[in-house]
Amino acid sequence: MTTPATAEIRKTALNAVHRRLGAKMVNFGGWDMPLEYSGILSEHEAVRTRAGLFDVSHMGELEVRGPGALALVQHVTCNDAAKLIVGQAQYTGLMTSRGTFVDDLLVHKISDTHYLLCVNAGNQDGDFSHVVSHNRFDAKVENAGPRYSQLAVQGPRAKEILQRLTPVSLDPIRYYHFAFGIVDGVECLIARTGYTGEDGFEIYFHPEFSEQLWNNLMQAGESSRILPCGLGARNTLRLEAGMCLYGHEIDDTTTPWEAGLGWICKLDKGAFLGSDVLARQKQSGVDRKLVGFEMLDKRIGRDGYPVLIAGREQGRVTSGCPAPFLKKNIGMAYVPPAASAGGAEIEISVRSQAAPARIVALPFYKRPH
Amino acid sequence: MYPTDYRYTKEHEWIKTEGAVGTIGITDYAQAELGDVVFVELPKVGAKMKAGQSFGTVESVKAVSEIFSPISGEVIETNPALSDAPEKINSDPHGAAWLVKMRLADPSEISGLMDAATYQAYIAEKAREHSA
Repeated sequence: MTTPATAEIRKTALNAVHRRLGAKMVNFGGWDMPLEYSGILSEHEAVRTRAGLFDVSHMGELEVRGPGALALVQHVTCNDAAKLIVGQAQYTGLMTSRGTFVDDLLVHKISDTHYLLCVNAGNQDGDFSHVVSHNRFDAKVENAGPRYSQLAVQGPRAKEILQRLTPVSLDPIRYYHFAFGIVDGVECLIARTGYTGEDGFEIYFHPEFSEQLWNNLMQAGESSRILPCGLGARNTLRLEAGMCLYGHEIDDTTTPWEAGLGWICKLDKGAFLGSDVLARQKQSGVDRKLVGFEMLDKRIGRDGYPVLIAGREQGRVTSGCPAPFLKKNIGMAYVPPAASAGGAEIEISVRSQAAPARIVALPFYKRPH
Repeated sequence: MYPTDYRYTKEHEWIKTEGAVGTIGITDYAQAELGDVVFVELPKVGAKMKAGQSFGTVESVKAVSEIFSPISGEVIETNPALSDAPEKINSDPHGAAWLVKMRLADPSEISGLMDAATYQAYIAEKAREHSA
C-alpha cells in the first residue's frame, strides 16, 4: 500500500499505549501502527496457542442506512448480502465496473435498513467515495471510521478472556455473527470474526474507551498469558490461514475468480457492479490463478519475487514469509491455470537464484477445533 | 553494549581484528531493527571480498537485510551454528552469532571505520530520526 509522502500520518487512540509498550512502529496504509512488541514469532505463537490482542482501530467503517441500504450494498459488492440475517457478517468484495476489487470487506447486517461495512485502513476514503458515487438508491452513507475503535482478541483462549468482561453470553455468537452488548461497562458491537485463522472476537466501540478496554482485556488475559500483537504477526497469521490481503493478493486488477474467491461471487443474486464482466470471465476462464506454495529448502520466497515455471518467469509472489507455527516457508502467488495444480513443482527466483517450491492446497493452516 | 575493541560500519556490521584476521557480525542495533532472524546466507570459504561489497543476507520474519563486508579480504571461516540456529543473531549478535572470519587484505582499512563511541552516537541520531 502506498501513501503520498505529503499525507499526515494517522494515529489510533492507542498510539501512546503502543509506544509505552515499546512497540516497533510502522506506517501502514497511512497509519502509524505497531509492527511488533515482543517479536513476531512469540506473538504468532501466542495467538495459535493462547491469545493475542490487536489494535485494529485503523480499519475503516462505512455505515449504510435507509430503505435503499440493501440495494446499494448489493449493487457495489459481489457476495449476496440479501442472505444475511440481522446479527450476521459476511466477507465480500467491493467491486469496480470491471469486476475487480476496490477493496475486500466485512458487511454486518445490523437491521433491514442498516449495514456496517468494515474496510481496509488505506482504502476507507476511496471506498467511501466509490460507494457514494454509486448510490442511486437514496441510501445514507457515512464514513464512520472516526467514531470507532476496534480491538481484536484472537486465539483459543479469546472467548474465555472476553467473557470475563461481559455479561453477554459469547458461546451462542457463532462464527461470522455478532451481537451488541456491554464489555467492561462500554457499549460494543461484539463480532466473532478475525484475520488470524483462530477463534476470536473483534469488538467495535467509541474511541474514548480505547485505553480502558485495552488495559482491561490485557489484564483479563494475564492468566492466559495474552500478548499484545502487531501487524507483523497479523500478516503471518493471516497468510498461514490462506487469507487475502488487499494490495497483495487482490487489487483493482484482480477478479474474485482469479483470487480463488469464487465463493464470494454470487452471480445469481442479480446484476451488480462488474457482474457482466465476471459472468463472461466465468465462461471464458481466467488467465491466472492464485495458489499457495511452500519452499522446499530454507530460502524464503517473498512478496514480488518472480515465479519460474520450466525456467521462465510466469508469475509473481503476492505474499511470502516464514510460517512460524507450521515451521516452513510459505507464500501465495499468481500462476497460469495450467501450472496451478496442487503438488506441481515450481521455482521462486530468490535474489536471481532459482529456489525450489511446491504448489499446495490453501489454507496452509486450519485450526483443529 | 558495544565492545570498545570492535569497529563499526554505517550499515551496522561490526569487525573485531586479531592480527591479520577479522571476525565480522551485525550489531545489536541491526538485529533489533530486523526482529526475529530466521535465515542467514553466507559466502563460501575462499570467497574474496572488497570493502563495501555485499556478501550475504540476514532475513527476519519481516525483512531481508544485505550484509556488506567492512573490509577487503578472503573468507576463511563461516559460523556453522547459524544455519540451524539463526535466532542466535538476536540473542548474542556481538558474540556467538559472528557471521564470518576473514583474512584481511589491508589491515589499515580498519582505521576508516567507526569506533564504539562514534557508532553509538550514529545510531542515537538514527533513532531520533525514526521517532521524529
